[in-house]
Amino acid sequence: MDTMPKWVDVFVIPLISLIIAAILSSLVILAIGESPVEAVKTMVTGALGSTYGWGYTLYYATNFMFTGLAVAVAFHARMFNIGGEGQAMLGGLGVALVCLSFNWPHWTLVLPAAIIGGALFGAAWAAIPAYLQAKRGSHIVITTIMFNFIGAALLNYMLVNVLRPQGQMDPASGRFPPGTNLPTFQDMFSTFGVTLFRGAPVNVTFFVAIAACVMVWWLIWRTRLGYAIRAYGHSEPAAIYAGISPTKIIMIAMLISGALAGCMAINNVMGEAERLVLNSVEGAGFIGIAVALMGRSHPFGVFLAALLFGFLYQGGAELSLWSNIPRELVVVIQALVILFTGALDNMVRMPLERMFLAARRRRQAATSISEPAE
Amino acid sequence: MSDAPAIELKGISKAFGPVQANKDISIRVMPGTIHGIIGENGAGKSTLMSILYGFYKADKGEIFISGNRTEIPNSQAAIAAGIGMVFQHFKLVENFTILENVVLGAEEGALLRPSLAKARAELTRLSEEYELKTDPDALIEEIGVGMQQRVEILKALYRQADILILDEPTGVLTPAEADHLFRILRGLREQGKTIVLITHKLREIMDVTDTVSVMRRGEMTATVKTSETSPEQLAELMVGRKVLLRVDKMPAKPGKTVLEIENLRTTDDKGVERLKGVSLNVRAGEILGIAGVAGNGQSELLEILGGMTQGTGNIRLNGDELDLTGKYSDGQSRRARSIAHVPEDRQSKGLIMDFFAWENMAFGYYNDDAYNKGAFWMDNAALREDTARKMEKFDVRPPNPWLTAKNFSGGNQQKIVVAREIERSPELLLVGQPTRGVDIGAIEFIHKQIVALRDAGKAILLVSVELDEIMSLSDRIAVMFDGHIMGERLPDQTDQRELGLLMAGVDGSDALAVAVGG
Repeated sequence: MDTMPKWVDVFVIPLISLIIAAILSSLVILAIGESPVEAVKTMVTGALGSTYGWGYTLYYATNFMFTGLAVAVAFHARMFNIGGEGQAMLGGLGVALVCLSFNWPHWTLVLPAAIIGGALFGAAWAAIPAYLQAKRGSHIVITTIMFNFIGAALLNYMLVNVLRPQGQMDPASGRFPPGTNLPTFQDMFSTFGVTLFRGAPVNVTFFVAIAACVMVWWLIWRTRLGYAIRAYGHSEPAAIYAGISPTKIIMIAMLISGALAGCMAINNVMGEAERLVLNSVEGAGFIGIAVALMGRSHPFGVFLAALLFGFLYQGGAELSLWSNIPRELVVVIQALVILFTGALDNMVRMPLERMFLAARRRRQAATSISEPAE
Repeated sequence: MSDAPAIELKGISKAFGPVQANKDISIRVMPGTIHGIIGENGAGKSTLMSILYGFYKADKGEIFISGNRTEIPNSQAAIAAGIGMVFQHFKLVENFTILENVVLGAEEGALLRPSLAKARAELTRLSEEYELKTDPDALIEEIGVGMQQRVEILKALYRQADILILDEPTGVLTPAEADHLFRILRGLREQGKTIVLITHKLREIMDVTDTVSVMRRGEMTATVKTSETSPEQLAELMVGRKVLLRVDKMPAKPGKTVLEIENLRTTDDKGVERLKGVSLNVRAGEILGIAGVAGNGQSELLEILGGMTQGTGNIRLNGDELDLTGKYSDGQSRRARSIAHVPEDRQSKGLIMDFFAWENMAFGYYNDDAYNKGAFWMDNAALREDTARKMEKFDVRPPNPWLTAKNFSGGNQQKIVVAREIERSPELLLVGQPTRGVDIGAIEFIHKQIVALRDAGKAILLVSVELDEIMSLSDRIAVMFDGHIMGERLPDQTDQRELGLLMAGVDGSDALAVAVGG
């Protein structure tokens, strides 16, 4: 069977999905008596109309890049890691412990240490479900989602009983020492009296996320390990034939996945909040699933999808701030986008594939003289 | 009997995407005859029959049953028109009895009992009429494949089929069972039934059919009377050029013993013992063929040798023990010991269908220094170069390393696997079903490569369910049945009948006379 050209698969299908989601969202907005055109305007100006808006969009995108990559790497080994939420939460704990452990003199020193801390804790949180899958056959979807809850409870305990400074009411750690504060885009790009990205949380972690995208690409398509991961992901019996150990691949892929999710904490815990609070992940672990689906588990696709979801997040926040569209409806719009780009992918793909193949047949019939296809 | 053909197809065409599976096919099958349809895999035989049985709708063309134009939009319509189909893979409920399976889908009324009683009477009548003896109360999972196939035929007859289509019916049968099937088919013909037999085996066509149609690349190339044709002519019509049906090889010059297997046992994950103490040896420069009906332990034997499953017993390669359990019993360790493996199922094991040809060329050998630079990085450029060279040498078409495996035909996929394994020049080559789903042209090529490796002094263990392939390729034949080696024979001192008996578990009294040791 022949297939569509790759560019259709990678660009046209997500685009059509997006348009359908947008049309449905417009209908929803119309139904509550608001103007969709105004809503789009508010979202675009709010998310992309100023360096401040960009600052938030990129901040969210950074989160989604890490969790999206986490899901994507696991996908390549045919593991559905929906524990990004819990792994990012525990990554936060790792980052907080690194930041609080020592009076760090400069961020360049603490950043590598924090990356290691977040990655280790995230990986450790993925290691248990991975082990249960590899050795005991417990389904990774069930165990990772349970570990999200266990992670939340563990974090709660740590914040209330261990990390909370004396005399503080809310369950949060103390402020990180000033030496650990990461430079924001405002610090980096404001020159000669012009202030850019004023007050926006986007910070140097954005570049760490891009580096992570590049490294994942290298890992998956250029290394022996990536080759083994992809082979196992495509066919377990074939992997066994080739002498690739399923146990090893499940463990390694999930550890990398968990580490990437854990690294998200550098952005939200260390870069933005500068202390560890409850629910700092805010669902980014789940958005990562949609990002990976829409990005076709390719790091570049994940990068683009993360930008899109960053836009939706920031635009949605602006929308609930500046219009009468309630916050809940903004969530509905985001959910529609996830639904169409992720879950309902085949709804667009199938008719499009038929159209393409029919068009190609007509073309062939017109140009060549009935040579039977191989 | 009327003069109108039982089945007449006029100008049937069917395309799947850009692939023209059937092209303007016309065929007439006269009532009361056995009509063979022969062609290579992918020639369009199964598609044509699926159109007749209502699974696919033809893009163009008409179907006439007994002279009446008939629309067949689904299988119910086909059954109503008196067409019965016996599929290659049986469609039976394992934990139902024969009687229940026959009735399934043809129940009358809401209560089961009257239908079952009626079916029981009908089954008895059919059994007597057509030499189709069965025990109506036996469970499907407890009877053999030959019997299961009879149940499928009974199902069709119970639904009053006048036309019976059998798709590759002998693939899972021993020669004796196949002979029995052919007796049944002849009996059905006597009773005026019309039978369409789809197969790729020339011998069956010559044995049992009255007329034969040959398909090639979606087209009907010829329809001839079986008595007026020969296997050579049919093969030529199938492939479109002259082919060598026998393997052209010199006598073997066996050297020292390379592989020794002693008392090999293994149990599958359901707790069934699959190998019950197998002992074998293979010498350098010889091909040992393992004959047997599928599912008698041959797969497990290959898998243990290839490091895919574990077992107990002893295996020595050039005198050194191989690990049968633990860390060093995996595929990587086997390859490190110079054992190459062409697995039985290339689509689910030998290749990753979504990988490019060049990625597949490293499959199993991705740790090879030639494909790597440093501890992590793969040297994809070197791998692609190597792939292009091997594709050229093994005549893989098209020779493009950037095509994914699923875009090659079965024969070319197999050539990629064979190229990958043989080009390693292994001490021992394991080959499972080397030509399953492979076109005749490629079969010839693959056989030549295997013989060439033998002549280079390497040991080869061949497993195939195609007895013809075993007999023509092997220098020595071991027959497997129910996890045992039933006996060993030399190909020029045995025949299909004797091997067939061994494959069915019947031990000839002179079985030990020609056993050859290492």
